[in-house]
Amino acid sequence: MKNLVELIDVSLSYGKTPAVSGLNMKVEEGSFAAVVGPSGCGKSSLMKLVTGLMPATTGAVLVDQHEISGPVSIVGMAFQNPNLLPWRTTLENVLLPLEVVRPERHQFRAKKQEFVDRAMDLLRIVGLESFASHYPWQLSGGMQQRVSLCRSLIHQPRLLMLDEPFGALDAFTREELWDVLQAIWLERQFTAILVTHDLREALYLADSVHVMSNRPGRVVRTVDTSAFSRPRGEQTFLDPAFNANVMDLRSDIRSQRMPIEIAPAKPAGKA
Amino acid sequence: MMSMLERVGPVALPVILLVLWELACKAFDIPPFVLPSPTMIAAALYENAYIIWFHSSQTLLTTVIGFAVAVGFGAVLGVLVGSSRLAYTSLYPLLVGFNSVPKVAIVPILVVWFGIGTIPAVITAFMLSFFPIAVNVATGLATIETDLRDVLRSLGASQLDIVRKVGIPRSMPYLFASLKISITLAFVGSVISETLASNRGIGTLMTQASANFRIPLVFAGLVVIALMGVLMYMIFAFIERRMTGWATRGATFGIGG
Repeated sequence: MKNLVELIDVSLSYGKTPAVSGLNMKVEEGSFAAVVGPSGCGKSSLMKLVTGLMPATTGAVLVDQHEISGPVSIVGMAFQNPNLLPWRTTLENVLLPLEVVRPERHQFRAKKQEFVDRAMDLLRIVGLESFASHYPWQLSGGMQQRVSLCRSLIHQPRLLMLDEPFGALDAFTREELWDVLQAIWLERQFTAILVTHDLREALYLADSVHVMSNRPGRVVRTVDTSAFSRPRGEQTFLDPAFNANVMDLRSDIRSQRMPIEIAPAKPAGKA
Repeated sequence: MMSMLERVGPVALPVILLVLWELACKAFDIPPFVLPSPTMIAAALYENAYIIWFHSSQTLLTTVIGFAVAVGFGAVLGVLVGSSRLAYTSLYPLLVGFNSVPKVAIVPILVVWFGIGTIPAVITAFMLSFFPIAVNVATGLATIETDLRDVLRSLGASQLDIVRKVGIPRSMPYLFASLKISITLAFVGSVISETLASNRGIGTLMTQASANFRIPLVFAGLVVIALMGVLMYMIFAFIERRMTGWATRGATFGIGG
């Protein structure tokens, strides 16, 4: 399998502060990669690098085996905040990328019906087909996030970039959406990169989990999780190997974190 | 019970105030050339209905023209300042500086340029009312969420695409909020100009009336200006509710909320 995304010795600096440096990473076409790390390790910088929103300061970012120099339109993005447009219905929100991306933007009127069918198809997979004409404020947080997911996939991107998409949701909704995402991914066969703080989420969804170091970030370890069979479900959580992996990752990240100095409380009474 | 009280409130409070005013005038025997009572003002309104109409229609006209120009100019300026960094850094200090100049001081210059009458009034109304519109529209555009911008930019959207698809619809509630402020400022502008240099308009009427010690007529002029202001405010509040219901849903207070 060829690599859809390859980062070779990449560094990115904002002014003088380096966000990532010496970053090496490969993501195979059609695979699901997760990136975990301590907070402030440059995960969001990774998003900007791979999507071409920010050029690498040094090193090379290869997407589809070409070094990129600007935004790559084969990518779809979803964030922690669903960022739906409040004046548009669910369906219109999902269609937004097609009004912008080339070549679809020029076919938008001619192929409207086809695009609407495509959007309804996605909404059906995430269980929202009956909410197509609702406005965002009529939907719950989890539903909005599902709409955001559909919007990121409507232009059939080969690469899906997810930046903590489930971070703001409650535990039940989150685990529900893991399965929704897994179902779409199994059906559509795109490449996905998921940036997350949640180790169980990373292990549950991904084929390989990349652990990043403290700032400036680089990949210190890659865990292969293809041993857990697909589709994953309740039984995966019970797998002792799964939980062993969670514990391993946890200690990895703990060792990467900047320790928080906890000053011992001053004994009372003594001045 | 509460909702009943809330419904009567907007009518009851002014009525109570008017009654108190009337009683105070009677009780303390205040001379009409100091503070006329509401009934005297009403009488002045009725007796001078034609002359008030003659002057107020002029004020309404200059205000609406000046305001309309301000909406167009302010919206375009706001889009420019809100969507381009260069426009922001170069125009903003200029705008703030211009807005700090008291517009009363400009009216004499306008009179030198355009003579007395309609044109200075229209320009003063415009000058006073475009600034809030420009600032609000710019705010709506400048506060687009970074993530959403990234989503669109990664799809190859140009700055113009982002302004068209997100910025302008997003700034609509800001625009309408500013229209409600600006229309009242436009009235202030045209009345100032009429007071200083015009032979027609509510401002002129009030200056002449006060020169002749017809204080009830001066107050009648104030009432007419206030009524026109409230009327225009309500029109824009209504349009706002129709156009940007998605942003104001759930609000049940304020004139037209």
